[in-house]
Amino acid sequence: MTVRLRVLATGPLALVQDEGRPGLTGVGVGRSGAADRTAYALANRVVANPPGLAALEVTLGGLEVEVLGGSLTVCLTGAPAPLFVDDVPAGTHAPVTVPEGGHVRVDPPPVGLRSYLAVRGGVDVAPVLGSRSHDVLAALGPAPLAEGDELPVGPTPPEHPAVDQVAPPRYDDDPVVLRAVRGPRDGWVEDPDVLVATTWTATERTNRIGMRLSGGAVQHAEGAGELPSEGVWRGAIQVPPNGEPVVFLADHPVTGGYPVVGVVVDADVDRAAQVRPGQQVRFRWVSGA
Amino acid sequence: MSAPTFLPYGDAGVLVEVDDTAAVLRWSDALQAHRPAGVAEIVPAARTLLVVAEPGADLTELRSALGALDVPNSGAVEDAGPDAEVIEIPVHYDGPDLADVAQLTGLSEDEVVAAHTGEPWRVAFGGFAPGFGYLSGGDPRLEVPRRDEPRTRVPAGAVGLAGTSSGVYPRESPGGWQLIGTTDVALWDLDRDPPALLRQGALVQFTVAQSPGAQR
Repeated sequence: MTVRLRVLATGPLALVQDEGRPGLTGVGVGRSGAADRTAYALANRVVANPPGLAALEVTLGGLEVEVLGGSLTVCLTGAPAPLFVDDVPAGTHAPVTVPEGGHVRVDPPPVGLRSYLAVRGGVDVAPVLGSRSHDVLAALGPAPLAEGDELPVGPTPPEHPAVDQVAPPRYDDDPVVLRAVRGPRDGWVEDPDVLVATTWTATERTNRIGMRLSGGAVQHAEGAGELPSEGVWRGAIQVPPNGEPVVFLADHPVTGGYPVVGVVVDADVDRAAQVRPGQQVRFRWVSGA
Repeated sequence: MSAPTFLPYGDAGVLVEVDDTAAVLRWSDALQAHRPAGVAEIVPAARTLLVVAEPGADLTELRSALGALDVPNSGAVEDAGPDAEVIEIPVHYDGPDLADVAQLTGLSEDEVVAAHTGEPWRVAFGGFAPGFGYLSGGDPRLEVPRRDEPRTRVPAGAVGLAGTSSGVYPRESPGGWQLIGTTDVALWDLDRDPPALLRQGALVQFTVAQSPGAQR
């Protein structure tokens, strides 16, 4: 009998995620994949999975799964959500063994937005276009988890977990400071420095497509006109005509027509994916390569 | 043709800005033929190509490799080369905006159809939705603005015009293009390999569908 997870509760949003779908932008399909790639990769590493196996991305906790068909080693990373195995507190950022029939519960995290639950062997649902990631914009990949789902777990990898615990990240910085490189379309707004001079607030409309900000306006330049569609990427800070920036995350569109005034450096994009609605954000210009 | 401009795109890549969509396709073809080391992804668009680097790649080196790329100076959108795939899309020219397009272009409805089917288009880039291709080239008389009010529901298979582009909606979605017809051809089918009918660089020939269209 293969090991599997039965979903008992999902919280606001729980998704299967992996490294996404590279190389398909030409047919209008973006990369997608785990929103916080660092936390996702770390969870896999702790349970000694090879890179790329699918894990669960849990937004603001609320996930409960039952382990069926055998015992299972799991690891929770990312937003430090309290983890319970059969109602007993368990450690995050560490391998945890769950007995057959055991219940794993992920409560809402005090800080951060997305937690990653890796299972040894990976979540083995059917891939779509080479990936098990759910892309909310393209509506591709495994459906969001629902109560009653049964998720198969892949075969146990040959490597064994080699660590007891890894350092958890900190998500309590306030405001969150994201480094960004100016351009490519900073000339299309009146004053791109409004971006770094303003303390922004992440809005309730923040999702896997982008972190939407309010609290000021980066005005479009007089007579700037309309920009022909151009490619966008994770970390791009796009400014629509209302002046409120959007930082694109994992499920961003492939192309867009609003000016991108700056691009968050790759190392800080994962931090952006952990910003909760209502939290404050500032940007700091850094030079590119 | 003027030299391309290399614009910064964070520490993730370079945005290559060129003269027009024909130049994008020439660049795209050149990058397919000689992909510089350290390139993770290439996203062509109307007048730009976003070149995304592999993590840790040296952007300065990438920029010089792009600058040294051998890209032809001329060639029209339709110059897809002798091996280019030609995709035929039969269309029922019964779209709700056909009369508006005729009025906007000063052509009769029949002339709009003749113009749309008269010359091949080329898939310049993707985006908007899985399977959607922005088609360039075609008859320049068909340039029309987007609709003032986007429709909340455009059916799958709707064939539209906007700006200098044409396109076919792969699935039901909102949309602001001027709709001139519909096709029964599936633009996106996950059970097909590859799922997208239109791939960047391919030629598209619209034809007048002979059989009566499915009721929509």
